[in-house]
Amino acid sequence: MASSASADCVTPNGSGLKERNYLGLSDCSSVDSSAVSVPEETKSNLNLKATELTLGLPGSQSPERELDFTLQSSSKFDEKQLFPLIPSKDGICSLTQKAVVSGNKRGFADTVNGFSESKSTNWMFNAAGCDSGQPKLAGNAGINGMLSNRPSGAQPSIKTEVPAKTSKECNNKMNGSNTNSSPAAKAQVVGWPPIRSFRKNSLATTSKNNDEVDGKPSPGALFVKVSMDGAPYLRKVDLRTYSTYQELSSALEKMFSCFTLGQCGPQGVQRREVLSESKLRDLLHGSEYVLTYEDKDGDWMLVGDVPWEMFISSCKRLKIMKGSDAIGLGPWRNPRTNTSSPMWVIAFCSHGWERNDPEDEQESR
Amino acid sequence: MDPEPKKPEDSPSNSANSHTPVQPPSPFPDEVLEKVLSFIDSHKDRSSVSLVRKDWYNAERWTRSKLFIGNCYSVSPEIVARRFPRIKSITLKGKPRFSDFNMLPRDWGANVHSWLVMFAKVYPFLEELRLKRMTVTDESLELLAKSFSGFKSLSLSSCDGFTDIGLKAIASHCRNLTELDIQDSVTEDVGGGWLSCFPENFASLEVLNFASLNSEVSFDDLERLVSRCKSLRVLKVNESITLDQLQRLLVHAPQLLELGTGSFLQELTPRQYEDIESAFSNCKNLQILSGLWEANSLYLPVLYGACAGLTFLNLSDAPLQSGEFAKLLAHCPNLRRLWVVDTVEDKGLEAVGSSCPLLEELRVFPADPYDRHHRDGVTELGFLAVSRGCRNLHYVLYFCRRMTNAAVVTIVQNCPDFTHFRLCIMTPGQPDYLTNDPMDEAFAAVVKTCTKLKRLSVSGLLTDLTFEFIGKYAKNLETLSVAFAGNSDWGMQCVLEGCPKLRKLEIRDSPFGNAALLSGLKKYEMMRSLWMSDCNVTMKGCRLLAREMPRLNVEVIMDEESDESQADKVYVYRSVAGPRRDAPPFVLTL
Repeated sequence: MASSASADCVTPNGSGLKERNYLGLSDCSSVDSSAVSVPEETKSNLNLKATELTLGLPGSQSPERELDFTLQSSSKFDEKQLFPLIPSKDGICSLTQKAVVSGNKRGFADTVNGFSESKSTNWMFNAAGCDSGQPKLAGNAGINGMLSNRPSGAQPSIKTEVPAKTSKECNNKMNGSNTNSSPAAKAQVVGWPPIRSFRKNSLATTSKNNDEVDGKPSPGALFVKVSMDGAPYLRKVDLRTYSTYQELSSALEKMFSCFTLGQCGPQGVQRREVLSESKLRDLLHGSEYVLTYEDKDGDWMLVGDVPWEMFISSCKRLKIMKGSDAIGLGPWRNPRTNTSSPMWVIAFCSHGWERNDPEDEQESR
Repeated sequence: MDPEPKKPEDSPSNSANSHTPVQPPSPFPDEVLEKVLSFIDSHKDRSSVSLVRKDWYNAERWTRSKLFIGNCYSVSPEIVARRFPRIKSITLKGKPRFSDFNMLPRDWGANVHSWLVMFAKVYPFLEELRLKRMTVTDESLELLAKSFSGFKSLSLSSCDGFTDIGLKAIASHCRNLTELDIQDSVTEDVGGGWLSCFPENFASLEVLNFASLNSEVSFDDLERLVSRCKSLRVLKVNESITLDQLQRLLVHAPQLLELGTGSFLQELTPRQYEDIESAFSNCKNLQILSGLWEANSLYLPVLYGACAGLTFLNLSDAPLQSGEFAKLLAHCPNLRRLWVVDTVEDKGLEAVGSSCPLLEELRVFPADPYDRHHRDGVTELGFLAVSRGCRNLHYVLYFCRRMTNAAVVTIVQNCPDFTHFRLCIMTPGQPDYLTNDPMDEAFAAVVKTCTKLKRLSVSGLLTDLTFEFIGKYAKNLETLSVAFAGNSDWGMQCVLEGCPKLRKLEIRDSPFGNAALLSGLKKYEMMRSLWMSDCNVTMKGCRLLAREMPRLNVEVIMDEESDESQADKVYVYRSVAGPRRDAPPFVLTL
């Protein structure tokens, strides 16, 4: 499942909306193409630095990342969690009809629910945010379009428990009952587990299907380093063992989950204090991490912008950054023209999710 | 162990020399001393002997015939040649152990050639060469084959760099060869033509192991070879040999003590089945059995007749299910050592507990190390079951996906005599799956209860507390392997300040930095080596260490993309030979 490109889910209101995993890139394009023109209001929710983007809104805010974001203002843009390290149930847990409310981190599904648009992409990140006056599908589609390049993480169905704060009904298609149901592809760390190369893997399918033969990287293996802000050490992953962004993200999330435990206290991991699975998700959910990569030209880009194959051929290394550091990374695809521009910003903020006030949304329609 | 004394300044013979011009006469004539010393085999004992006084040092060096060099870079061929004039058997180990897991770049070193050149000059009567984790080229094998007329025994374990060309040279020229043992060899296809190069009258082979070479050999030549080598006691063939071919080999060599079968997957006619069954039953001396590729429940029973005397059953290439495994075990009451794949699951391990009361060593390997198929493998329950039934257990290597502190505590209570405890919880940093606590308590129990513990590999979520316990209680610990563990420098410091017998420390992906590295300044000279990779050590720390301790080689392996200031892979070892002269460009010796 994790390897499939789309996760179909049904919204609770039975509207028949299907959420597709954004990482099914084909869906992307369809989303893009189906995107109604992005209303102006929508854009204000994006933190735009690039001047060439002709998006603008009266009263659009400056792109500072307000980490504590004060919301509720329609002109406040949202910061989305670009690459949450956990599959965001928020995104999935979609609230039936939340319109996109500014400043609220919410699952994208939220924003599309209630819209007649047939497809909404399942955003890993909380695609909140068109401004408050954005009930229209169009707006959301626009966001879809805009955000379609943002990387998405794991399948919704992977994680099941939804943190309390994302409580609007988590009508999850997430069938997940296995909390730790492993993503299809575990991150492969060089030399781990410590098995000797020659030792044959008895499962014939394994050795045939994967680059890793007998535990040794094949000539085609593509190891890149992965670092994470605040983590004490690096890992390496073989990009060829994944075939989608979502596999990569779930694998990385597993790999680095032990680091985020360090967030839980001032001195890092307290003895004996190990986060439970749901607490961990809460933590990650409340954090602002984005996955970025350094490409062949030495530029740092947000993961998810380009088709997978292109990504793995240009990716030199990965970095899980604090979202605040991710400002300035691009490119960003203009949903109207469907072209990329190389420089600009999306600022993401993960706060404010719980501040999403249904009433506001109602009003904003 | 180095052939040189560790601390020459402490040697009594030296201090005697500095105080008195002439040593007091020896109580024994040299010949007596030499005769006595010729009975001492252990290299550790010989090291001690050589430190007593100068004439003992000399007597020892003249009488030593077996050389053991645990780290080929700790000493040089010249130094060895100067000190020991009469060597017949040499064991040389090269790369750090983590090279087995692809953590060392190619061409890192440990090439045996310069050693062979020296041996050819100085030890023409060399009979035995045992290499581990060294690069051995065809050129080296050719040199070996041609330089030592009395050469008898070649063992290559985890070595690389050779092809069948080199093996052909060995087969053709070593007239007195008794042992050709190639274990765990790596990478490229080594062709099978070498087997046919043994001369027609060559019959001295006692040990032949080519199980890890994957090319087909000429069965006819093999059969002829086996039938004329009447002293053959170890035969391990590779997967290309079929069951019915094996039967013919067994008919020629029922005296075998150790057998590695070929492929066990073949459709046999009833007649063939009977034949192979009776061939196995005729192997009355069989103690060790391995191979069994693709063995399944259909043909496993042919083995039963040979299992009564088995002491070591190696099923690491034969992933069995619990049912067929249990049936096989029922025929092996005398097992001391057992290697299995985790497809047997906990149920299979329960059978181990009930069928193998004499078991001393258990190794459980993962069928699916990268968790691609989400199989269960084994858990803490299987380990517990074994510990309950096999009270003599002292060596364990266990790969699992879940473990609990409570289970480990009970296990070591059941089996307090562990000397080797290697637990690998395969997900890095995984806590006790029931309580979500770190696994500190488990390893604390191991070191507190198992006072004879010599080797420990830790895994799972571990805080510095684990290392505090290790430092405090593991008095006999010689080898420690750490991965994805600890919180701070303090952890590693505890180990370096405790563990009086520590010889090898290998650490990866753990948050230990310069302070930890430098806290071991005094210790590293008493150890064979330290490996730290993907920790928090910087070049600055390494340079400081190198500056303070000139008798240590501090090597940093650079990655192309690595940050200039971080020292991603650090290898520190004592050496009397000074910095490596053959270091490739990516190895910096500081």
